[in-house]
Amino acid sequence: MQTARPKYLYIAGIAGRMILLLFLVSVLSFALIAKAPIDPLLSYVGAESTLSEEAKAEIVRHWGLDEPLPARCLSWMKNVLHGDFGMSITYKRPVIDVIAERFSHSIVLMMLAWAFSGALGYAAGIFAGMRRGGICDRAIKLFCLVLQSAPTFWLGLLILSFFSVKLGLFPFGLAVPAGKLAAEITLGDRIHHLILPVFTLTIVSIGKITLFTRQKLTEILNSDYILFARARGESDRQIVLRHVLRNTALPAVTLQFSSFSELFGGMALAETVFSYPGVGTAATAAALNGDAPLLLGVALIGALFVFSGNLIANILYGVVDPRLREGGDYV
Amino acid sequence: MSDLGRRRPRFALNTRTWLILCIAVAAIYLLGVFVWGLCLRPAAYAVHYADKFAPPGAKYLFGADFMGRDMFFRCIKGLSLSLVVGMCASLVSSVIGLAFGVSSALLGGKFDRFVLLCVDCCMGLPHLVLLILISYMLGRGVRGVLIGVALTHWPELTRLIRAEVLQLRAAQYVQAARRMGRTGFQVAFEHILPHVVPVYIVGLVLLFPHAIMHEASITFLGFGLPAETPAIGVILSEAMRHIATGKWWLALFPGLMLITAVVLFDVIGENLKKLLNPDSGNE
Repeated sequence: MQTARPKYLYIAGIAGRMILLLFLVSVLSFALIAKAPIDPLLSYVGAESTLSEEAKAEIVRHWGLDEPLPARCLSWMKNVLHGDFGMSITYKRPVIDVIAERFSHSIVLMMLAWAFSGALGYAAGIFAGMRRGGICDRAIKLFCLVLQSAPTFWLGLLILSFFSVKLGLFPFGLAVPAGKLAAEITLGDRIHHLILPVFTLTIVSIGKITLFTRQKLTEILNSDYILFARARGESDRQIVLRHVLRNTALPAVTLQFSSFSELFGGMALAETVFSYPGVGTAATAAALNGDAPLLLGVALIGALFVFSGNLIANILYGVVDPRLREGGDYV
Repeated sequence: MSDLGRRRPRFALNTRTWLILCIAVAAIYLLGVFVWGLCLRPAAYAVHYADKFAPPGAKYLFGADFMGRDMFFRCIKGLSLSLVVGMCASLVSSVIGLAFGVSSALLGGKFDRFVLLCVDCCMGLPHLVLLILISYMLGRGVRGVLIGVALTHWPELTRLIRAEVLQLRAAQYVQAARRMGRTGFQVAFEHILPHVVPVYIVGLVLLFPHAIMHEASITFLGFGLPAETPAIGVILSEAMRHIATGKWWLALFPGLMLITAVVLFDVIGENLKKLLNPDSGNE
């Protein structure tokens, strides 16, 4: 019998690894962006600038562009740790401000879609799994398989063209009504603009969790303890409430947390379709305009987002699950 | 076979034949589209301003776009382009995955930890962001997409193959071979690789849809193939500009073609998985 490792050591171990990975990922992103053929000076001053060569050399020296790559990376990291991400070339504002403003939009979008797809997908998975082989089950399974194969932006386009263009129920993109003063924008306006992007993102992420829950349910229903429960005369309802929910909830939540990466990608695509002013559209604009500081900032935020999801998933998996809590190999 | 036929006269196919049939039909469709698209001359989707925004009908099966180009032929061409990208990506990524997966499981120790770190590092960034970064580094364009898609799909397969090899490594016949003095290389090639091949092939096929979707996504965002190529991503991002005026067919049909291709690859992959697994292949 192995002795259980203390919980805090486990969490500390995971957190330590996460920090190491975050460091490596930011080095990787920095290297990728710094190696780009796009000249940061040129994209800053513009192609038709009238700056003299001396002034350009001054900027290069000021930014440290003439230093070797590791030194630049190090100074960038030092600044990032102080909260200074540099200036965005596209928006002419500090990157941290741009990201803070846009991420507040994106996070609402992502979290709503995350919660809806989790709850609906889980319910649909349980429903399908309990009626395995029936018409409902087949329909749900087919629906999910097709949805999983559908590109996010395409679904977004169809939803936009149907609900917004054809039926005229919802606004055509953006997060707030165009031409309205910031003070006059109500919560209702924001929600009205959020519905379609959230709907798209929910639909896209629902397939995975439904199919997963359904699969898990099948395993559970084939187990001996369910056979025993049935022999005791438990009804379907009782079986779901007493056995199924307890055994499927944790894996489902864990899966949902570890799918932050796809959520982020889907968010970027959905935002582009609905011209929603979030991080996704900022990333595209940054990369298309050669705005290295903003692109780096977005990459860092994306990595941080994915890591927090993985961290929570790992902790849930290792700490909450009683079987793993009893000791044994965590890795 | 004949026994089965007597028991179930209406469906005289057992699972195995049925699986092979599914795979064949899917493969023939995909191959057909691929070859057709490659052989298609640009004249087939040439510009006809007279037919600008013609709705789908007898003349234009999928309608025509803002330059009067036939959407059906553009879709076929675009899909075959996607298949080329998918093929490159799957081949490169799966070879990396195979090499990393097998070697990390067999060598263990520091190398194993290094590979796992690489995998986590690659999966740490949202996939789309990583693709954007790689495309940015390579100055956008076809090269950026190809290399980006090819180099970012190996982590999942590496994990899968590593787990498979770890299981095999503990198997008794492998242990026995080791004790009998076979070298590490001999064990790897004679005893382990043949068993990894099914996982590898299925992984290769299932990589396809991911690669195609990512290519289309990144192209849609404006990083990938140049605007004049008839790629699905380009077609859809053009369609986005005309959605507001109700030109729904510009978006619907290309997407449906893409979904069909993706679903068919999934069908092939899942059926191959069942077929190659002796337990479920003979049910």
